[in-house]
Amino acid sequence: MSMMKSAVEWIDTRYPMTKVWNEHLAQYYAPKNFNFWYLMGSLAMLVLVIQVLTGVWLAMSYKPDSELAFGSVEYIMRDVDWGWLIRYMHSTGASAFFVLIYLHMFRGLMYGSYRKPRELLWIIGVIIYLAMMATAFFGYLLPWGQMSFWGAQVIVNLFSAVPVIGPDLGVWVRGDYVISDATLNRFFALHFLLPFVLAALVFIHIIALHKVGSNNPDGVEIKKGPKGNRWSDSAPADGIPFHPYYSVKDIVGVAGFLFLFAAAVFFAPEMGGYFIEHPNFEPANPLKTPPHIAPVWYFTPFYAILRAVPSIAGSAFPGVVAMFASILVMFFLPWLDRSPVKSIRYKGLLYKVLLFLFVIDFIVLGYLGTQATTDLYKLMAQIGTIYYFAFFLLMPIYSKMDKTKPVPERVTE
Amino acid sequence: MSADGVDLKKRRSLTLATSAVGAVGAGFVIYPFLAAWAPSEKAKAAGAPVEADIGKLEPGQLMRVKWRGKPVWVVHRTEQNLQDLPTLDGVLLDPASDDAGQQPDYCKNATRSVKGKYLIAVGICTHLGCSPTYRPEVAPEDLGAEWKGGFFCPCHGSRFDLAGRVYAGVPAPKNLEIPPYQYLSETKILVGADGGAA
Repeated sequence: MSMMKSAVEWIDTRYPMTKVWNEHLAQYYAPKNFNFWYLMGSLAMLVLVIQVLTGVWLAMSYKPDSELAFGSVEYIMRDVDWGWLIRYMHSTGASAFFVLIYLHMFRGLMYGSYRKPRELLWIIGVIIYLAMMATAFFGYLLPWGQMSFWGAQVIVNLFSAVPVIGPDLGVWVRGDYVISDATLNRFFALHFLLPFVLAALVFIHIIALHKVGSNNPDGVEIKKGPKGNRWSDSAPADGIPFHPYYSVKDIVGVAGFLFLFAAAVFFAPEMGGYFIEHPNFEPANPLKTPPHIAPVWYFTPFYAILRAVPSIAGSAFPGVVAMFASILVMFFLPWLDRSPVKSIRYKGLLYKVLLFLFVIDFIVLGYLGTQATTDLYKLMAQIGTIYYFAFFLLMPIYSKMDKTKPVPERVTE
Repeated sequence: MSADGVDLKKRRSLTLATSAVGAVGAGFVIYPFLAAWAPSEKAKAAGAPVEADIGKLEPGQLMRVKWRGKPVWVVHRTEQNLQDLPTLDGVLLDPASDDAGQQPDYCKNATRSVKGKYLIAVGICTHLGCSPTYRPEVAPEDLGAEWKGGFFCPCHGSRFDLAGRVYAGVPAPKNLEIPPYQYLSETKILVGADGGAA
């Protein structure tokens, strides 16, 4: 035992091991009233690990060459021992990642986790979300199926819609006049690189979180409450050490999550064409567009917004602007919410209804993004787009009008 | 450390000069990395003109030729098709092909072609780059009774007539691009080069 102790001491004089452990785990005091919604962040980190691990293993058998890519994925599925499992974990992991992040963001919307002093924490989170979308987009080209090819074609052409520099920008991103071998090769390199950027951003996100402290379902600042708990006289009275209390709680969440994850991997890896789209079982053919193109489900709400905006003065640019604006508007959320309370528990009926409608709106837009356009669907997508932006841009008005309830001094049980 | 006798003004200007030189150097280093993303010489060479034999194309048929990796359509239009073209002018966005960027000058005419019979067009939607579907049939159920044959983009629902002219009120903002091309003989075309605006 004393050997162990002196070893730790030896390290601690050279590297702040115990200090980091205490600051971020054993003596990081998180509010004691976390609920189900507070599992999503750590589960998302687990999925990031799964994605990096399975991704590196896939890269050992995958060939980023337009002649070989499609075949190498089939080779992984059929001939590499357990290759099918590693590949399905990776493809299911991508969707699981977005499910968790959408729930994580919804948690933020519910409990006002983006409000002062957590503005920067939220902004770093939105940057992580953007990096995730870029990673997913680059990765989706790699199987070199029909949907990979034509999906990338549509998205890269978004850049071409930028006035003046657009066409050159599109060529520059592709490295060719069409999506080609050069594009596939660089997308592979970027798909390999970005997860490490993502990991660095997650690190920064957690450092920011531990600086300001976690929010909680009551939206009460435990740091402003009374001091002194069982472990420390100076810690917030309503805080409990992250380890072991929340590390153990998260393990329960992990077990529950892995049940669902494994069920998807083993029984529904394609998820009826939502996780792996059917046209992607056909090799990419630059001369033939599939009859219906839709991105993977996690992009479809934004895709629906893109399609909802008609071209103006001969340019598809307004739709592209609307799509990017629908994501960028999230950066301003901390300053759009003017409600005197943070958590939905103390907000009035108005916000509850509007947030509920926003969730419905997001799901409906997501569905419309998977479907072919008809006049009715286009109108629905236009209404949905208007609601989407109204939810954010009118927030300064309705969040002030809303009738709130008094917030308790301390967190409730 | 004492700050006595330190020429702060000189130190600041030296710091500024060093930073400026460093920034210029960084700019020089970044350039090759950005330029490396441009199409390689090999990709540029693949953009060479291609020949196609269109003699076997029956009226109403479409064939695809690959040029610069893009699908180029050759459609053998029927007499009826050619008669229908002017009747659509009212529902089109740019019926007279006024957008000079979408066709060579010698194709700025009613049929957007060198010889009316054959339409040669880049089969890529001007909206976001899907390849529209050839729908030659008249008045199919899904496209409506007014449809006189043309192209329908499955991605976002854009419509084009059999001269590649875009309908008004669809996402695509421009007519389909007509590539430069020339006839080498009655039945042979060269896509990608027009011999100096033939």
